[in-house]
Amino acid sequence: MTALTDDTLPVTPRAMRDEMIVFVVMALLLASVPFSGIYPFFVMQALCFALLACAFNLLIGYGGLLSFGHAMFLGTAGYCSAHALKVWALPPELGILVGVAGAFVLSIVTGYISIRRQGIYFSMITLALSQLLYFLYLQTPFTHGEDGIQGIPQGHLFGVFDLSKPTVLYYVVLVGFLAGFLLIYRIINSPFGEVLKAIRENEPRAISLGYRTDQYKFLAFVLSGTLAGLAGSLKVFVAQNASLTDVHWSMSGEVVLMTLVGGLGTIFGPVVGAFAIIAMQQYLAGFGQWVTVIQGSIFVICVLTFRRGVVGEIAHYFRRSL
Amino acid sequence: MQALYAQLLVGLINGSFYALLSLGLAVIFGMLNIINFAHGALYMMGAFCAYFLLNLVGLNYWWALLIAPILVGIFGMILERTMLQWLTGLDHLYGLLLTFGIALIVQGVFQNYFGSSGLPYAIPDQLKGGINLGFMFLPIYRAWVVIFSLVICVATWFLIEKTRLGAYLRAATENPTLVRAFGVNVPRMITLTYGLGVGLAALAGVLSAPINQVRPLMGADLIIVVFAVVVIGGMGSIMGSIITGFALGVIEGLTKYFYPEASNTVVFVLMVLVLLVKPTGLTGRAA
Repeated sequence: MTALTDDTLPVTPRAMRDEMIVFVVMALLLASVPFSGIYPFFVMQALCFALLACAFNLLIGYGGLLSFGHAMFLGTAGYCSAHALKVWALPPELGILVGVAGAFVLSIVTGYISIRRQGIYFSMITLALSQLLYFLYLQTPFTHGEDGIQGIPQGHLFGVFDLSKPTVLYYVVLVGFLAGFLLIYRIINSPFGEVLKAIRENEPRAISLGYRTDQYKFLAFVLSGTLAGLAGSLKVFVAQNASLTDVHWSMSGEVVLMTLVGGLGTIFGPVVGAFAIIAMQQYLAGFGQWVTVIQGSIFVICVLTFRRGVVGEIAHYFRRSL
Repeated sequence: MQALYAQLLVGLINGSFYALLSLGLAVIFGMLNIINFAHGALYMMGAFCAYFLLNLVGLNYWWALLIAPILVGIFGMILERTMLQWLTGLDHLYGLLLTFGIALIVQGVFQNYFGSSGLPYAIPDQLKGGINLGFMFLPIYRAWVVIFSLVICVATWFLIEKTRLGAYLRAATENPTLVRAFGVNVPRMITLTYGLGVGLAALAGVLSAPINQVRPLMGADLIIVVFAVVVIGGMGSIMGSIITGFALGVIEGLTKYFYPEASNTVVFVLMVLVLLVKPTGLTGRAA
């Protein structure tokens, strides 16, 4: 079996130290954004997608499962949070909780169904399930169909932090992202993560060693979906709306693209990929449908020549794990 | 009752497209081990080919039926030779990602020049009008689509299951190295297989042009439904894909009559049910 990530280095104390250094540098860089004059809205948006891509990467990079429907968690959590904030008028912290809970329930249901098939079928099933959900959201009244839920109040987090101030909102999103990122990092390096990697490399052997691989894959799916939901809930505060574009298959494709560009199965790759793709969309917004063509070309180029992704190539060059 | 029969006919027509497309997917998957995400885009290209042939070259529907699959098939073979063949030996998922990229490129280019609205394509004169069957009015073109697709499906099944060429093909699916040792040019056969699968998609595109209009995104949502059809039917059997395709089209048509709200989700719901009851699909072997 040819694994998606061909050179996995053993986890050594040195690798852990490297990763923590890069993490601290990344956190400091991101924390200094409000002082740098960069448009914070752009970075916040990129952070939400970076978290989504990291959650997606947990499944593909460490579990070997390519989900082509991860937008359904983003969109579902977005709708749940938006509904809780606007209609139930809940405070932000509970709004986030409702969104994450929605994604958690959805990932249990969809995971139970899709985990029954492997490889290419798994991708097709997740894609079909997200399309099913797209049509449901198009018709159910609570999502307001094509209009989406708009004008969502941002409110005060824990009654203290005023989320309508861009700087406060930025740090709240940053904390959410870093917490999610560290959780994923912890999962990857836990005994659970090691078993997951073993399943990715050789599932029959993992089964013969006595692991119930389906349970591991299911748990990975639920973790990934729930964390993707956290990204969706945070995005509601940034965009102040929840719409059908977040559930559409093209959104799932974008997440795949971000992770592929950054590097499948690398820890920092999805973050780099998300920033690259969001920046590209920002700068090329005036070119209309050519953006789709460029995204397609990046897919083709990455798959044909650049399968390790940006971070994967760097890590490979320095023989480090990043 | 009139409306029920009309929806049944619409279901049969959608079923023909599902069958032609899932058949192509199954043939390609058998030889290349790739799920061709670009299938919907190539189906759209078939329809656009027919449109260009009529409006730029002046060749009518019947010529389009012949030429469009050949042109799109050649385009597919170029794709296979320049890109897909480099993926041999890699994880299956890379094939999915590459063809998804190709689909985005093709659809994006067409959307740029033709927007998202539909271009009309007239029904050919010989197939205009309809017959009154007493219990319903049968438009001739729609009957033609169903019958012609059925013939093409059965012909493809015959080609693969009953001829010498098909035997080589099936042998190469099982063990390409051994077949190559017998002197069969397997890489060329792989290219031709991709051309055949893609040609079937283009043919479906030409057939659908007069019914559904010619739109850049006409294949984008369709391919996802066809994926669900493939999950339900499994890709192990050619006849299995044909029957599943038609059957699901009919079920969708019936849903449109009895419970229209669920008509665009019924195939996905059926997929979920099949996965819960028989995870390997109706005809499929374990993947």
